[in-house]
Amino acid sequence: MKFVDEFRDAYKARILRAEIERLVGRIEICRYRPLQIMEVCGGHTHTIFRYGISQMLPDAVELVHGPGCPVCVLPMGRVDDCVAIAEVPGVIFTTFGDAMRVPGSRKSLMQAKADGADVRMIYSPLDALELARRHPCNEIVFFGLGFETTMPSTALTVLQAEAEGIENFSIFCNHITIIPTIKAILDSPDLRLDGFLGPGHVSMVIGTRPYEFIPMLYGRPVVVAGFEPLDILQSIWMVLRQLSEKRQEVENQYRRIVPRDGNAAALGAINRVFELREFFEWRGLGSIDHSGVRMRRSYARYDAEKKFAVPAVSIADPKACQCGEVLKGVIKPHQCKVFGTACTPETPLGALMVSTEGACAAYYQYGAIGELLERKAAMP
Amino acid sequence: MSRQDGLTTKSFRRRGTVSVPKVTLAHGGGGQAMRDLIDDVFISCFDNPLLANLDDQARLSLSDLTRDGDRLAFTTDSYVVDPLEFPGGDIGKLAVAGTINDLAVGGARPLHLSCAVIIEEGIEVDLLRRLARSMAATAAAAGVTIITGDTKVVGRGACDKLFITTSGIGVIRAGLDTGPHRIRQGDAVIVSGWLGDHGAAILNARGDLALSASIASDCAPLNGLIDDLLAVCPEVRFIRDPTRGGLASVVNEIAEATGLGIELDEASIPIRPEVRGMCEILGLDPLYLANEGKVVCVVAQDATELALAALQRHAIGAKASVIGRAVAEPRGRVIMETTFGGRRIVDMLIGEQLPRIC
Repeated sequence: MKFVDEFRDAYKARILRAEIERLVGRIEICRYRPLQIMEVCGGHTHTIFRYGISQMLPDAVELVHGPGCPVCVLPMGRVDDCVAIAEVPGVIFTTFGDAMRVPGSRKSLMQAKADGADVRMIYSPLDALELARRHPCNEIVFFGLGFETTMPSTALTVLQAEAEGIENFSIFCNHITIIPTIKAILDSPDLRLDGFLGPGHVSMVIGTRPYEFIPMLYGRPVVVAGFEPLDILQSIWMVLRQLSEKRQEVENQYRRIVPRDGNAAALGAINRVFELREFFEWRGLGSIDHSGVRMRRSYARYDAEKKFAVPAVSIADPKACQCGEVLKGVIKPHQCKVFGTACTPETPLGALMVSTEGACAAYYQYGAIGELLERKAAMP
Repeated sequence: MSRQDGLTTKSFRRRGTVSVPKVTLAHGGGGQAMRDLIDDVFISCFDNPLLANLDDQARLSLSDLTRDGDRLAFTTDSYVVDPLEFPGGDIGKLAVAGTINDLAVGGARPLHLSCAVIIEEGIEVDLLRRLARSMAATAAAAGVTIITGDTKVVGRGACDKLFITTSGIGVIRAGLDTGPHRIRQGDAVIVSGWLGDHGAAILNARGDLALSASIASDCAPLNGLIDDLLAVCPEVRFIRDPTRGGLASVVNEIAEATGLGIELDEASIPIRPEVRGMCEILGLDPLYLANEGKVVCVVAQDATELALAALQRHAIGAKASVIGRAVAEPRGRVIMETTFGGRRIVDMLIGEQLPRIC
């Protein structure tokens, strides 16, 4: 398949792997302990597991799977709010597919649907707006979810609704921002990370400048990476190259998509519709300052939090969960006390088991093959 | 079908027709309207001596059955699909082919089917006629007869347009023994063609993706293909059709049942570029997509070429490929060598595949 297979070329992968191995020999830290590189984005986590990239790396390089799965980090209380809105008579609640299964304290949206709520899976917020046009007697609520990647499409849909004067449409806004989250991870006392793979699609919107504080203040290299397996390998190689040359910079591997200054039109739409919240609650990480957005007051008539009486009760993460430690790279998913026992993709306890982009679900689904096979057997 | 008045016989009774465009609850009332519907839609297509008496049961001669083998295979399946008609098939073809396939993969020659339909009021009679013709054509092509049935009409909302349940019986060839217990380390895993077509076609036909791909379902009876395979390779270890849950579920069941590992080679798994493209866009894995006209079989290593050639000679087996083998380790798991040169575990599907957010 054109424009896909080129980025999955096994021959080029072998060359990159050899280069990575060569660089590892030159990095001093590797003599004492394995390097830890965090991929921030859930899309990267998915690619890493789907193509078995961790097994292709030398033992001295470990990947830590970050918080960048917006479905996973959604706290239970917010899911409860979704269910409460969806259960209001006359509401058609629309959502992206993978948010259907996220457990709330009482039930998931999928269970709410089975109980009679009108919950519909859509592929774009514009589909929700189309429903609003077709069902003028219903209130159509769109579950706005995701980092800066999906924020522009939600914002543009609100602007479109305003332009058409559609009133039976609102957003339950749970959009979150990436930078405060990375900062929270960098500020944690048990931090062990040596470098970052920066998110690709988020950066397409915000550009690469917002990451510049990471090398400047925290001395860690960042490489903004694409989503194909060769993108990831090349980005890891770029992080290692910086470490071996004792440089700390923001580099852009995903140049075919990501401009340094981001997308001005998308940022403009975001700024028009959304404003920062003082704090936002994350599953596994707790409350992080300025890490979420809400609808501006001027768009209150499209704000489901204003239109509906949402319970907005904060529900604590289950005590047994060690999601926070996994997110920070302190432990690996299978080292969590409840991994694969109390917490499975069918009955997830913790954030990271919820969506296929979550580290624990990916570990469970695609397997940490290293536990089953000798690494050598996996390396021809 | 409803019991007929004892005084009338097949030869004297005039066949009823439906003159209204849509089915109403009257067609489920057990009276003349219902008889007209059954006559018009089903009897006219399915006509065969065993069905025409319209008794409460079909009666089969035991000696006829024992000619073909020494054991009976019996199966049942319900079919619910939205939309009812899709590129490459419809619910009728699916209901006949699906049950034929469930018999055929057990090494049975499918002979007879029953057909029970639950109809939601308001469905167009012309649509029902088309679907019944499709069932009849599929059955005829596979050499199978539909010999008994039942019709119910329910109110709006009580079912989604049309549900069909078919049961089937077939006769298993004497001496044939297939199943996971016969699989040995080193055996080859073969699929009979492109994977994921049905699942992708249905997703696409629902129309809410606004993709312009033309993907047709692979829905087809497999008994002819399996006949050809068993004719040259009666020692086949295991045959299964990878329907819901796709290839990944079947190979996981093999691994679990045998305690062996299954090693797949991603590069040799046949998947159409259109299906791959659609999965890329939606974040789905084609290994979990449903198939309705494919077999997965396991054969001994030295029979691989023979089995592969037999499948490839058949019209629906042209893309048959060896995709993996049974290995000692890791026990009970499925491993795939990716096209990228990495290795990963292929697990059972959890719940339903949901498109990813970004």
